[in-house]
Amino acid sequence: MIRLVKRPQPSRFWTAVTPILAVLLTMVVGGIMFALLGKPPLEAIRIIFWDPLFHPQFAAYSRPQLLVKAGPLILIAIGLSIGFRAGIWNIGAEGQYIMGAITGAGVGLAFYPMESFIIFPLMVIAGALGGWAWGMIPALLKVKFGTNEILVSLMLVYVAEAWLASVSSGLLKNPEGRGFPGSRNLQQYDSAANAEIIAGTGMHWGVVAALIAVIFAYVLLTRHIRGFHIRLTGEAPRAARFAGVKPARVVLFCLGLSGALAGMAGLFEVAGPAGQITIDFNSGYGFTAIIVAFLGRLHPVGILLAGLLMALTYIGGELAQLMLSLPGASIQLFQGMLLFFLLATDVFTNFRVQLGRKGAA
Amino acid sequence: MDLGAINPVLLVASLMVSATPILLAAIGELVVEKSGVLNLGVEGMMITGAVVGFAIAVNTGSPLLGFGAAALASAVLSLSFGVLTQYLLSNQVATGLGLTLVGLGLSSLIGKPYEGVKSTTLPDLHIPLLADIPVLGPMLFQHDLMVYLSIALVAAVWAVLKFTRFGLILRAVGESHDAAHALGYKVVRIRLMAIAFGGACSGLGGAYLSLVRVPQWTEGMTAGAGWIALAIVVFASWKPWRVLIGAYLFGGVTVLQLNLQAAGTRLPVEYLSMSPYLITILVLVIISARGYHGAPASLGRSFYASS
Repeated sequence: MIRLVKRPQPSRFWTAVTPILAVLLTMVVGGIMFALLGKPPLEAIRIIFWDPLFHPQFAAYSRPQLLVKAGPLILIAIGLSIGFRAGIWNIGAEGQYIMGAITGAGVGLAFYPMESFIIFPLMVIAGALGGWAWGMIPALLKVKFGTNEILVSLMLVYVAEAWLASVSSGLLKNPEGRGFPGSRNLQQYDSAANAEIIAGTGMHWGVVAALIAVIFAYVLLTRHIRGFHIRLTGEAPRAARFAGVKPARVVLFCLGLSGALAGMAGLFEVAGPAGQITIDFNSGYGFTAIIVAFLGRLHPVGILLAGLLMALTYIGGELAQLMLSLPGASIQLFQGMLLFFLLATDVFTNFRVQLGRKGAA
Repeated sequence: MDLGAINPVLLVASLMVSATPILLAAIGELVVEKSGVLNLGVEGMMITGAVVGFAIAVNTGSPLLGFGAAALASAVLSLSFGVLTQYLLSNQVATGLGLTLVGLGLSSLIGKPYEGVKSTTLPDLHIPLLADIPVLGPMLFQHDLMVYLSIALVAAVWAVLKFTRFGLILRAVGESHDAAHALGYKVVRIRLMAIAFGGACSGLGGAYLSLVRVPQWTEGMTAGAGWIALAIVVFASWKPWRVLIGAYLFGGVTVLQLNLQAAGTRLPVEYLSMSPYLITILVLVIISARGYHGAPASLGRSFYASS
């Protein structure tokens, strides 16, 4: 008989090993799925995980894409992970991302066609504020009325999407766009463009911000009293209250921070790779970032690695679409499976597996 | 704007149709939560039900078979959540989110060949005598089978939870799994049954969307209906009849805003289409301001038998 025995503390060994195990399991099951779709499984796995970096023909294009895709994922996931640590579930990062993009791009477009070095920093601040404000709605409702932040933050994604549709064919529409919905292209507006810092690497300001966020989160969680309070709230809420931690403050801080980071990610995306506000500007980074946060074990350095891996599956997925005409949705399923397997294998982190009959008491 | 263009009889009739998917999903989730499990994967199970139901109905030509297949598929999917949370003791919130993400990916993968395809839909029943009553007849008694089945399901869930031994055990498991375990009830098995029931209901709700309400398959067609179902369970304070009221209120809002769009109000379409979500938030705020009455005490907690 198999029995699970709770470990006194989560195993450090298994905390590090389970993500790798989950990736391997996903590859195996994903391979079976590809085989069922009538695609060569080993080749598909190689195209997704290897070719984006080392393919002689495509790698030159896809390698910079790694940072372009990983930047927003890491930036959002860092914010989410801090909330998740405290048991605060912000799953509406997609909405905060959209609002950040709208407010940030709105500030940039308001200055058009003036050129000044101050415009881009202002846009970043506006983007962060937009995301922050959108994150503060579930935070304030939770603090004031005890409303469930999961449902409210998720509902606000749909509201943000409707708002995005509204502004891209109204308020922010390009007056010279011949009636097509969508804003002016910010990439053609030098003061507002989030251009590559080093050409050909995919390194833009959003990636820099993501790296800063990783360091900031690391310091916060390991060296700062507020980070300690956040972890305490998540692991032992009662103890946290006795220690004088104000739950309301933790809620406001976590949701505000994750909103601001998601908003910034949205701004960097709209001013850089996307270029303009359009109806379908958002591409699900806010949801994928949840997987990134868990895959990275809610640890800043882990999230950095997980973000790169998840970016790889995005690019590899596109490549597999191109080379094997694999359906685009299969990569979404692939990412979902990854989270599922991670949660499943996590049992080894918290429990010891004991074989045989239980011993005499 | 021409408010006269809105026909109140049609409004009520379409309200019932638009509320049914959410009602089915919400009554299933109510049973799950009553057993102490928080399954946030309703959206994923609904959309899987939508695509499976549609695909089977297109291939067999029978919408009823489609509904059956949808219920089965979503129940199987929900059991993956069950195994993870009940046997492997994973975090219920994270696993539920994972289930939603898996369901969304799986559904768009399965549904790709079915985009733009038409399916046969359920015929409207013409209930003898009752359907001929003026005004009330077309409002209430000329719907398809699933509308009445969903209401019957609410009644059944209410009766089982309130009057039967099994309902009592299920509630005991949800209120205090340790006490139920000490009394010798199989906590994990009962929860798995509840989870599968919830999955099947979500699947039916999803299939209703793709087979009757819309009726066709489009990617991401549930558009948050699963999350709204979760909100309705909170709104209903975990009481079956209030789930019915909540779902119909929500259906009313949805239909009204669609009617206003069609009637051509001066309000932009985008603001109208965000209104169901805003109203859901508003309702949640009002309900939670009173405090969570009736939430099962063990909701969302993992059960680990220490001995």
